[in-house]
Amino acid sequence: MHRDAVLQALVLVAVVAGMVWLVGNVQSNLERQNINSGFGFLSERAGFGINQTLIDYTEDDSFGRVVVIGLLNTLLVSILGILFATLLGFSLGVARLSRNWLISKIAMVYIEIFRNVPLLLQIMFWYFGVLRNLPSPRQALSVGDAMFISNRGIVVPWLEAGAGAMWYGLGLLALAAGFIWLRRRALNAKLTSGQPTQVWRPLLVLALALFGAAAVMAGVPFALDVPQLKGFNFRGGVTVIPEFVALLLALSLYTAAFIAEIVRSGINSVNKGQREASAALGLPESLALRLVVIPQALRVIIPPLTSQYLNLTKNSSLAVAIAYPDIVSVLAGTTLSQVGQAVEIIFVTMMIYLSLSLFTSWAMNRYNQRMAFVGNAT
Amino acid sequence: MTDPVIRISDMNKWFGTFHVLRDINLQVAAGEKIVICGPSGSGKSTLIRCLNRLEQHQEGTIEVEGVSLDGSLKNLESIRSNVGMVFQQFNLFPHMSVLENCTLAPIWVKQKTKQEAEALARQFLERVRIPDQADKYPGQLSGGQQQRVAIARALCMNPDIMLFDEPTSALDPEMIKEVLDVMVELAEDGMTMLCVTHEMGFARQVADRVIFMDEGEIVEENEPEAFFSNPQNERTKMFLSQVLSH
Repeated sequence: MHRDAVLQALVLVAVVAGMVWLVGNVQSNLERQNINSGFGFLSERAGFGINQTLIDYTEDDSFGRVVVIGLLNTLLVSILGILFATLLGFSLGVARLSRNWLISKIAMVYIEIFRNVPLLLQIMFWYFGVLRNLPSPRQALSVGDAMFISNRGIVVPWLEAGAGAMWYGLGLLALAAGFIWLRRRALNAKLTSGQPTQVWRPLLVLALALFGAAAVMAGVPFALDVPQLKGFNFRGGVTVIPEFVALLLALSLYTAAFIAEIVRSGINSVNKGQREASAALGLPESLALRLVVIPQALRVIIPPLTSQYLNLTKNSSLAVAIAYPDIVSVLAGTTLSQVGQAVEIIFVTMMIYLSLSLFTSWAMNRYNQRMAFVGNAT
Repeated sequence: MTDPVIRISDMNKWFGTFHVLRDINLQVAAGEKIVICGPSGSGKSTLIRCLNRLEQHQEGTIEVEGVSLDGSLKNLESIRSNVGMVFQQFNLFPHMSVLENCTLAPIWVKQKTKQEAEALARQFLERVRIPDQADKYPGQLSGGQQQRVAIARALCMNPDIMLFDEPTSALDPEMIKEVLDVMVELAEDGMTMLCVTHEMGFARQVADRVIFMDEGEIVEENEPEAFFSNPQNERTKMFLSQVLSH
């Protein structure tokens, strides 16, 4: 015991000393080569354009703002990717277990194709193989003359919000709260009166009332901005760039294949006796799945599912291959080549991914704890 | 004799090419207690699992309370909610408390209110002598307690018939008695019971009839006294000599 403590203290001292030496070494080397150090560059003018910015940005903005733009782009593709991959993955996982031969085999073929081809190739396939080969804007595929698909991306109509749009935002929030409240009320009614009550009809009434109220408060402060072909490109609407579409497609479809296998093994891991006991009590199969099997399967599904979420977020850095302006592309790519401070920039980029991953793990672990069994489950 | 609540005629079942049940004929009257015994692999578990269609037979007919169990059956759930079942491995829901295990089916199948269902559950937990464990989880209970919860859970649906599939086989010896005691009480209350078990003492005490199965056939059936003291078939004699010798 005592010797262990001494040994561990020695190792700790050695590690700290090593780190101090490394940092000092880097600093003296950088000084000798006349390379700036520190984070002063973050407030300097960036001077380059970015083709997808979720917040306002011009070339005159700082490198600091570039970091925020890149982070938001990474978050956008990761969050949407996680959402789509989860929805598709759960459907495929359940389909894989279907008693219908065809459905099960289709799911199997999908899974085997998408999880066995390297992700980078899939990104390149969607980008160079599909989206870049679409016709130019002048020959764009048109959906009802409102949405246009071309090699410059997908252009969709957009609601231009004016003053008073906030009231609609509030209405939407109130509707979400109302939905949660109505569902809880329906469950309570089921438990106290025995009879299930409706959720959808009162929800519709609530939606009409809320948006009616918003219209009274603020009128209709929205203008539909429909894209139109002007010269060689489109004006108006919102353009979803092909780099984003390719990356989102590839990340979602690839990760969904892994999630499908996780979901399948999770459901399979629930003892057959659980379904039999549910059936013997007279529970229909759908209720047995919802109330008995899925809650237990989630316990097995969540930890590897968390890994897939982390993978998807980190894999989004493959964006550099097709120049989607994610954090790696704009910070560890363009900014690094202009500023040249590799140590600081790579460090910041790594810290950003580390923070994202730790946050995701923390959130998923909290969720997992709520699913844990009490006592020794057999 | 009143109309039988279970009527099995010329029933056959195969697992793939394996003929697991052969020409089964059996009638059970309301309130009757039947013990089914036999060597492992003789088809006794499969037989009672056919009675709530956890297994499907391929030939012959099975009628439970006048309803024929076949592929055309629309409301299998309503039959199942009248036939309680207790498994060898308990099969409690580990993510629910004891009380929730007992109220799940009454709430979702019988559309009872939570209050009614909980009152009912507490009443049956009292009857299996674990009223104070209602808020615990299955993983916190001993095997014997878990099996008694499983019995209470089945009883909460107010079934007319109870099926027991080797209810004490997975239990440590000192816990077998507490489960058997509950089953004896249930029998004394007049429940119709079919019980697959090797507990010959239990069979002597409560059974109206003992059925011996071997290789998928009902080899012999008789009242317990005659069954144990004067078995007719060679296979029955050999089985009994093995079970009773130790």
